[in-house]
Amino acid sequence: MLSLKQRRSLNTLLMGVLAWGVALAIFFPIFWMLLTSFKTEIDAFATPPQLFFSPTLENYTLVNERSDYLHFAWNSVVVSFGSTIIGMMLAVPAAYSMAFFETKRTKGTLLWMLSTKMLPPVGVLVPIYLIFKDTGLLDTKTGLVIIYTLINLPIMIWMAYTYFKEIPKEVLEAARMDGSTLFQEIWRVLLPMSKGGLAATVLLSLILSWNEAFWSLNLTASEAAPLTALIASYSSPEGLFWAKLSAVSTLACAPILIFGWISQKQLVRGLSFGAVK
Amino acid sequence: MKTTALNAGPASSAAEPKQDSRQGSIRKTSRINRFMVSPSVLVLALWMVIPLSMTIYFSVIRYNLLYPGDNEFVGLENFQFFVTDFGFMAGMSNTLLLVGSVLLITVVLGVLISLLVNQAFWGRGIVRILLISPFFIMPTVNALIWKNLLLHPVSGVFAAIWKFFGATPIDWFSEFPLFSIIMIVSWQWLPFAILLLMTALQSLDQEQQEAARLDGAGPWALFFHLTLPHLARPIAVVVMIETIFLLSIFAEIFTTTGGGPGYETTNLAYLIYSQALLQFDVGLASAGGLIAVVLANIAAFFLVRLIGKSLTEKQ
Amino acid sequence: MNNKRYLSAVMAVGMTAVASSAMAATKVTIGTVNNGDMVRMQGLSDEFEKLHPDIDLNWVVLEENVLRQRLTTDIATDGGQFDVMTIGMYEAPIWGEKGWLTPMEDLPSDYDLADIFPSVLGGLSSDGTLYALPFYAESSMTFYRKDLFEANGLSMPQQPSWDQMKTFAETLHKPEDEQYGICLRGKAGWGENMALITTMANAFGARWFDENWKPEFTGEEWGNAVSFYVDLLGNYGPPGASSNGFNENLALFNSGKCAMWVDATVAGSFLTDESQSRVAEHIGFALAPEQVTSKGSGWLWSWALAVPVSSDAKEAAKTFITWATSRAYSQLVEETYGIANVPPGTRTSTYDNAEYLEAAPFATRTLEAIGNADPNDSTLNPSPYVGVQFAAIPEFQSIATQVGKLISGALAGSMSVDHALKAAQSITLREMTRARYYSN
Repeated sequence: MLSLKQRRSLNTLLMGVLAWGVALAIFFPIFWMLLTSFKTEIDAFATPPQLFFSPTLENYTLVNERSDYLHFAWNSVVVSFGSTIIGMMLAVPAAYSMAFFETKRTKGTLLWMLSTKMLPPVGVLVPIYLIFKDTGLLDTKTGLVIIYTLINLPIMIWMAYTYFKEIPKEVLEAARMDGSTLFQEIWRVLLPMSKGGLAATVLLSLILSWNEAFWSLNLTASEAAPLTALIASYSSPEGLFWAKLSAVSTLACAPILIFGWISQKQLVRGLSFGAVK
Repeated sequence: MKTTALNAGPASSAAEPKQDSRQGSIRKTSRINRFMVSPSVLVLALWMVIPLSMTIYFSVIRYNLLYPGDNEFVGLENFQFFVTDFGFMAGMSNTLLLVGSVLLITVVLGVLISLLVNQAFWGRGIVRILLISPFFIMPTVNALIWKNLLLHPVSGVFAAIWKFFGATPIDWFSEFPLFSIIMIVSWQWLPFAILLLMTALQSLDQEQQEAARLDGAGPWALFFHLTLPHLARPIAVVVMIETIFLLSIFAEIFTTTGGGPGYETTNLAYLIYSQALLQFDVGLASAGGLIAVVLANIAAFFLVRLIGKSLTEKQ
Repeated sequence: MNNKRYLSAVMAVGMTAVASSAMAATKVTIGTVNNGDMVRMQGLSDEFEKLHPDIDLNWVVLEENVLRQRLTTDIATDGGQFDVMTIGMYEAPIWGEKGWLTPMEDLPSDYDLADIFPSVLGGLSSDGTLYALPFYAESSMTFYRKDLFEANGLSMPQQPSWDQMKTFAETLHKPEDEQYGICLRGKAGWGENMALITTMANAFGARWFDENWKPEFTGEEWGNAVSFYVDLLGNYGPPGASSNGFNENLALFNSGKCAMWVDATVAGSFLTDESQSRVAEHIGFALAPEQVTSKGSGWLWSWALAVPVSSDAKEAAKTFITWATSRAYSQLVEETYGIANVPPGTRTSTYDNAEYLEAAPFATRTLEAIGNADPNDSTLNPSPYVGVQFAAIPEFQSIATQVGKLISGALAGSMSVDHALKAAQSITLREMTRARYYSN
């Protein structure tokens, strides 16, 4: 018979092993893509799939030679961060007021905001294209920033609202009693307390913008095309392409992946709602 | 309990001076709050109204990009044509099936996995990173990797595993097309659920848990009476957000099965693409889009009934 | 203080940049697919910019279906986003007729239009006017493994019949050794499986539409063709055939898993390329199979460069496309990438070059196949449409993709051939009625 402590640590060990197993299984496709990016095209399609092979950098050099990676990457960065920043500036006040000053209309407003995303992009392609054409926004980063802000705003508001709801009102009221203004209340008390949740919101918005592949292909040509267009240029040509596609995908997803990994620690660390129980 | 209501009625006539200024500050805050919400509302309203009205207009005329100038009013003809399409019923049911299955998988697995990683163990940080990684990959890349490198019946990793155990590899996209798509999409969205639920679990009241455990509550009781209610709101958020995205899944289907075989993986969004966009029939695409909106509203209506309360309730 | 100096330096640089951009080059935006030849064209853009320093090339590279949608949306809404569009024999006649493309007249004297194959030019014209300059052209043909044929005592005629192909496939189909008798396109799409199936149907004597634009799927010819296809590929093809397109079959053949393959002539260059093919030395070439007729048995497709009327840089664009489709360009490709990579299928001069014929073993057959293909006469019975493996009408894309899905479904076993064809008939009739083809 194991003692309680021993049982607990065995439990923890088992859970740990299980967790690792699940994580590796979930990560496996990405690992495989990474692996494939270092194979030659013949190796990439070999049966049985090869775990060991002689690696090559030819795919990466080819991508670099053929396309201006930095141009696409810069567009992605500008568009993703731009739309996220503007989105947060709009979302945080809205979520604040809806979370702490709830009215009968709050739920309705939240749902209505989400309903602005109900029209499938394929159905509304031509109207948007016409609007963009007439306003000169085609193939501009500004145009993409505007569209991404609009399509991600409902999500950002919802997420921020969720995290704000976790914070007890007393904390804010305490700050207000202490004489702080609305702005100070938000900036000095609310934001630090909801750091983790807001970080998740920002991360989500960045990912959604970074990977958005419908509008970014249809509304841009060569000037404002982000990394999604770069990937599109490697898909499905006549000829073998999986190794190259893996390489270009790795290059396209790497920035946001690394960013996410780094900020993930912030995310989890910032979540201690300890001020008031 | 707390003074949440802005529409608190007029103060009683026997108001003390303190209450008067309270009333004044409430009215002031309500103005500020309207001011804080209105930019978002305004912006979203514009975003909704302009394309929507154009779509409504286009849906009742004949408008094909390849036949410009031929734009007469045709009433409900576009809708009728869309609804009588051979793939329409399949499109509707596949949309609901797809959304429902992915929701189920991501929420259930999401809860289980976030519970799993909620306690400390060696390398927890790395495990968490691995778990949320799929969400960073572009949907088209995701679909291509699954289709060509993993699920391919000749050279894919799954085929190799099957052969290793002596079985004949499954031709996933021919034999289980919708399931394959569900698999791919769930893999993509599971990290989202994990991320939200994981961060929500961090704020679970540890003291309450300890107290309950000391009182003799078993793990199941803890789960059902403490953890799950706490997770109610994040789950509701995950469900609502995922639903909105999953209703118009397009890239994965486009890249892998092209809606087939037959109509087995055609959902409404793809139907709009193949019926309308492929022949540049803007009128038909608009009609299809509006029908998709109706479907989405119905889905949202039922969802709100199911989980709406958890959204706005205080714990 | 330092900040101020930094700021003025930045401003100075900024103003210089603005000033120099005032004397800017003309920007030409090119939309293209990412096939090997196009990628090489993109790689050679530096050479063009050297010759024409006042022109600045910008590339938008997309997958074929996405590109087509993008370009059509742009040209139909007068978007003006693209100055050069890569289009095929499907769009060129349709768009040319609508007046959306700049006619290709007044070409430079050394362009040598007479050097280009008439059928290719014809496929890119409408009403006698040429609307796009062909970049490369292809037909379809049969690729087979000479070594496997020898080992089994089989001999491939110049143009086999589909019946013969079936007997070959039967003998060569050894799935236990991962060797499949025949690989054919199965992935649904008007340019994917339907390209092949249409040529098969042509060979079986079928046509898409009769003279009154009524489809004929429930007729005998289509029935024979599709049953044959499903039977052949289902029994003697690789697993997962119903989702295999060009790329997948290429990969299969290159890794030695297919004994025969009927597909685009351009595959020849990939199959004989040792850096990607394990069976490069064993490739044999024959014409695409016939059955009751050889009319329309090999398709004709050309990727061509056109200048939309909505472009704001038409002159520069035209300069570019005449350069990219000229003999001088072929020369440049030969010097940079080797003679086997010269854009195929457009100019007689390419095929008069003995070196080319030697370096590209598929060249003679390609020439033959292109010569046999005639978009204006591709069916046994007369048909009202232009095109060998498609009908150049706007409705075709959607109709053919839906029919393609049905046939792909029949191949995957989820419906009978009969059901697929009946559904194809109803669908096509429905779409054609909506598009007001029937004046009743």
